[in-house]
Amino acid sequence: MAVTIDDVRHIAALARLGLTDERAALLVREMNTILGHMDELSKVKTGGVQEAIGVGARGVPVRADGGAPIQLERSIDAFAPALRDGFLIVPRLSSHESAEEK
Amino acid sequence: MTGAITRGASAALRAHTADGHTTAAATVDAALARARAVKAGRDGLNIFVSLDERYLREHATVSATQLSDTDPGLLLGVPVAIKDNIATLHHPTTCGSKILAGYVSPYQATVVRRLSEAGAIPFGKTNMDEFAMGSSTENSAYGPTRNPLAPDRVPGGSSGGSAAAVAAGIVPIALGSETGGSVRQPAAFCGIVGVKPTYGRVSRFGLVAFASSLDQVGVFGATVDDAARGLGAIAGHDVRDSTSAELAVPHYHLAHAKPVKGMVVGRPKEYFPASLDPRVRARCDAALEHLRALGAEIRDVSLPHTDLAIPVYYIVAPAEASSNLARFDGVRYGLRITGDGLKGMYEETRSTGFGPEVTRRIMLGTYVLSAGYYDAYYRKAQQVRTLIADDFSRVFASGVDVLFTPTTPTPAFPIGAISDPYEMYMSDIFTATANLAGVPAMSQPIGRVDGLPVGGQLIAAHFAEEKMFTVAYALEGALGVRASS
Repeated sequence: MAVTIDDVRHIAALARLGLTDERAALLVREMNTILGHMDELSKVKTGGVQEAIGVGARGVPVRADGGAPIQLERSIDAFAPALRDGFLIVPRLSSHESAEEK
Repeated sequence: MTGAITRGASAALRAHTADGHTTAAATVDAALARARAVKAGRDGLNIFVSLDERYLREHATVSATQLSDTDPGLLLGVPVAIKDNIATLHHPTTCGSKILAGYVSPYQATVVRRLSEAGAIPFGKTNMDEFAMGSSTENSAYGPTRNPLAPDRVPGGSSGGSAAAVAAGIVPIALGSETGGSVRQPAAFCGIVGVKPTYGRVSRFGLVAFASSLDQVGVFGATVDDAARGLGAIAGHDVRDSTSAELAVPHYHLAHAKPVKGMVVGRPKEYFPASLDPRVRARCDAALEHLRALGAEIRDVSLPHTDLAIPVYYIVAPAEASSNLARFDGVRYGLRITGDGLKGMYEETRSTGFGPEVTRRIMLGTYVLSAGYYDAYYRKAQQVRTLIADDFSRVFASGVDVLFTPTTPTPAFPIGAISDPYEMYMSDIFTATANLAGVPAMSQPIGRVDGLPVGGQLIAAHFAEEKMFTVAYALEGALGVRASS
């Protein structure tokens, strides 16, 4: 299952990573080398073996999907860029600007 | 044969702070002076990413309530350095990454709060491989950390700054984090003690996530006693971390009172391959002989899937990292670089903010989770992980109390010596298994090779850290306090 330059471009798009041509070519070589070592796993017989789900002695603990919100240890205005009427003012995203211009 | 139980600097500081012979302010001054003397700064060993001396001096206090307590906190007056992926309120939390440069958390990690409750003084934030991805602390956006014992060599990683802070004598205890050996391997390279607790023993609330099924906060100590006290202070259930276990925490610093005589110490053959450096093997054999002389039974055992740990780890950890690090997109945290539209902004921010190793692992993780490859890589790795965990369960069920192995195949290597990613990954070959199985493990100094420290690793069953400490205290006493010194 050799990784191609097209695979790297596709994976980078999924991972939202911009890559130069040079970096993409390097990643093709690196990923093929690393994944070549991973192919050792294909030789292991795992028929009927459960996938690991949690590694604690008691499996995965389950809790109710609820609970009180975690209290902040400092007020919002101590770290927010700006506040107005109780709302956070954050830097505008470029796509929002584009939408408004249209 | 049996030496005296070593009382580390943290026990002495606690006693001297409680009886008024020293103060938290004097202790902080001494730690800062030591940091300057060993050139811990950016142009020297590069141990700290942030160390606000003025803030530390102004806030180096222990409350009157803590001082007047008849049984003061376990770490009263003890300065503790903190890895830069653990959230603190004053110092920034950057994870050694450009993408979080200057980020100050609005909350603190449970382990940091517990340190303060135990009377400790949270010290500076220590350098690390970016997002804990690395085995040498060369992958930090803030430059590599140097090994205090051999400055041309790496301190190990990813928690290299914390290990170096303890090894340089600046603090007796430091917090690190483990995903595949990031506390034990640097502890071995720097000649100190490093503990990875059982998955679930310590809260991860406030630990920046790398690989959530593997991550644990760990502890460095100058001695076994320092590490035992450090773990005792931070361990225990936390409602803010659903993976933390509701179990009582033993007094690890009293584990030395329990006998080694009659314990069964397993020697897994897979950790002593023919290719192992004979000098490392000799240090391990000598340590095992000490344990035998103390009355332990040394039993040869097998963990047959050990050699699959690295392929499994480097599928599972990058897969989880690719998901966890998706949040660093220029919108919610730190760095933002404008690009062509929203997608362009994401890509510019992430490709500029992440270093080469983080990018490589995000790519690997995204690949093994993608359509067509999930079964061949991720599902297969999780099945083999079950086999690795079963190996440990079988050995401990057979009556083995702890396992003893080398922590690393070699001592610390020179800075810049390893450029091949997979060769670097192999540094974790003896440590990643414990993370995959969720069992506790620790490294302690057992001697030197060419003047460089060698670490011996103890591994126990889930939540059996106390047994590990009993053996570690005894071995430290037999080897003569700090085998590194």
